[in-house]
Amino acid sequence: MNPSKKSFIKRKFGGDAGWGYIFIAVALVVFALFTAYPVASAFIISFQDYKPLGSTFIGLDNYTETFKDALFWRSIRTTIVYTILTVPVALLLSFAVAILILPLKKWMQTTFKAVYYLPAVASGVALSVVWLWIFDPMESGIFNKLIGLFGIGNQNWLGSSSTAMFSLVFMAWLSSHGTSIIIYLAALLGIDTSYYEAADLDGASFLQKLRYIVIPCLKPTTLFLLVTGVIGSFQVFQNAYLMTGGGPDNATTMVGLLIFNNAFKYFEFGKAAAQSLVLAAFIAIVALLQFKFFGKEVEY
Amino acid sequence: MSLYKNYPDRSKGKLFRNGTIVVLLLLFALATIFPIYFMIISSLGDPVEAGAMNYSLFPSKISFASYKFFFDYSEYSLRWLFNSLIVAGSVMLSNVVFASMAGYAFSKIDFKGRSFLFTLLLVAMMIPYQVTQVPLYILIVNVFDLQNTYSALIVPGLVTVYNIFLAKQFMSSIPKEIIESAKMEGCSQFQIYVRIILPLSKTVLAVMAILTFMDSWNTFFWPFLVTNTMDMQTIQVGLKNFRFANTTYFAPMMAGATISALPMFVLFFSLQRYFLEGVTVGAVKG
Repeated sequence: MNPSKKSFIKRKFGGDAGWGYIFIAVALVVFALFTAYPVASAFIISFQDYKPLGSTFIGLDNYTETFKDALFWRSIRTTIVYTILTVPVALLLSFAVAILILPLKKWMQTTFKAVYYLPAVASGVALSVVWLWIFDPMESGIFNKLIGLFGIGNQNWLGSSSTAMFSLVFMAWLSSHGTSIIIYLAALLGIDTSYYEAADLDGASFLQKLRYIVIPCLKPTTLFLLVTGVIGSFQVFQNAYLMTGGGPDNATTMVGLLIFNNAFKYFEFGKAAAQSLVLAAFIAIVALLQFKFFGKEVEY
Repeated sequence: MSLYKNYPDRSKGKLFRNGTIVVLLLLFALATIFPIYFMIISSLGDPVEAGAMNYSLFPSKISFASYKFFFDYSEYSLRWLFNSLIVAGSVMLSNVVFASMAGYAFSKIDFKGRSFLFTLLLVAMMIPYQVTQVPLYILIVNVFDLQNTYSALIVPGLVTVYNIFLAKQFMSSIPKEIIESAKMEGCSQFQIYVRIILPLSKTVLAVMAILTFMDSWNTFFWPFLVTNTMDMQTIQVGLKNFRFANTTYFAPMMAGATISALPMFVLFFSLQRYFLEGVTVGAVKG
């Protein structure tokens, strides 16, 4: 393996390498135009008072305004609350379901996987329309009837600031956990059976095996689902937009929705760009922290 | 031997344990699937205004009047479905072609800057879309002047980094020897791509096609931003408009939701294997 100079040049600039560049050309152009350029542009716009005809450079004003904006901090807090209430529950549910599915026959596993995946197939708009009626504030509403069984009176689920957030969270709990269930199940099936054999010899119980084998072995999977779940949750706003519009009284205005409103309701592009970059920084920090706190133990 | 105690087949212990498990799983499944069940059942009701009616969990009668109501609402209702089909179909096709090309290049062809470019793509995947949304809107609407066109709906999604990543992951496992021997036989890189790589990657391409089609069909915000007349809207945007215009019509709203979701349900049940496989293709290595 000692390529001559000629073939080295050929390898670099002709033949295969040339095809390499041709094959990635479209992907690169699309990436440059619709990802790289917008990111660079977002930085520039964030320092401007953006106007379609002639923007003015205003330095850090958009950022200082953002940091002084009480609604921005409130929306961050709302987003964090929503994330804390939804992501861990989703992980726990998918973990439990994956563990329960494990001893069943193959066809049952597939059927349950398909059923739990199904809601992910319907669009967010379609589901929001359905949930809007489930949360109907009238006495005849499905959810009101359900809690009526427990002797709790009518609630204006989406219309009252004390229950609107809970309603969105509840909706997330019952959304599709199919993806995480399938990922957990694949990881469970990948655990080396010799661990269980050793545990059986020591007379370990089901719970002990769960505690000392399954949970440690699944830590990388859990970390992956946690980080992607949190990153995703920080950007979520479609349900809030479609179900409550961020209200009542901004109780469900998540930061993604706030940015959307600033951009496309008030057309404050500069402010929206600055806020989106602050959000990106937040997400990066939170992701790094999770790796730092949970990642260390993943090594073994 | 395994996480669970090994009962002999058909023993009472196993029957009892698995029975309990199935009951628990069924309860959770019922809760998850309830909104979809409620949607379909309710869509078969009469198109009367809510308030006068009571929701029922079981169909008392089956009528398609609410579907008619939905389609009568706008002369463009069918066009919304057609638009969604055009957009999702184009995005799917271009992703399969261009992501598989890029995936092949990134996994099997040596060229300068390969790993740098690929890392750049992966890093960009972490950027929240809130960052790109405003400049992308300005670019498409103000710079390219594409508002209210199919191009505006399709072009930003021509090929996604996620799909390139998916293709690259899969193609990395194709043995080098196959490609080397094809080269010996005098195949050009393009022939290798078409005759060897594509046939060997059928599974991942099917997964990619299905998931991309579904994402594109279900997407709401981008079509909502870049269209402003009813004839150019997709079914998701149309459904949202219908909802805001007919806030009290319960059954027709459910009919609209069902119409928007039905094509995906059909796709899901006929190609279920690819949907479920698709989840792990991308994630396990991550």
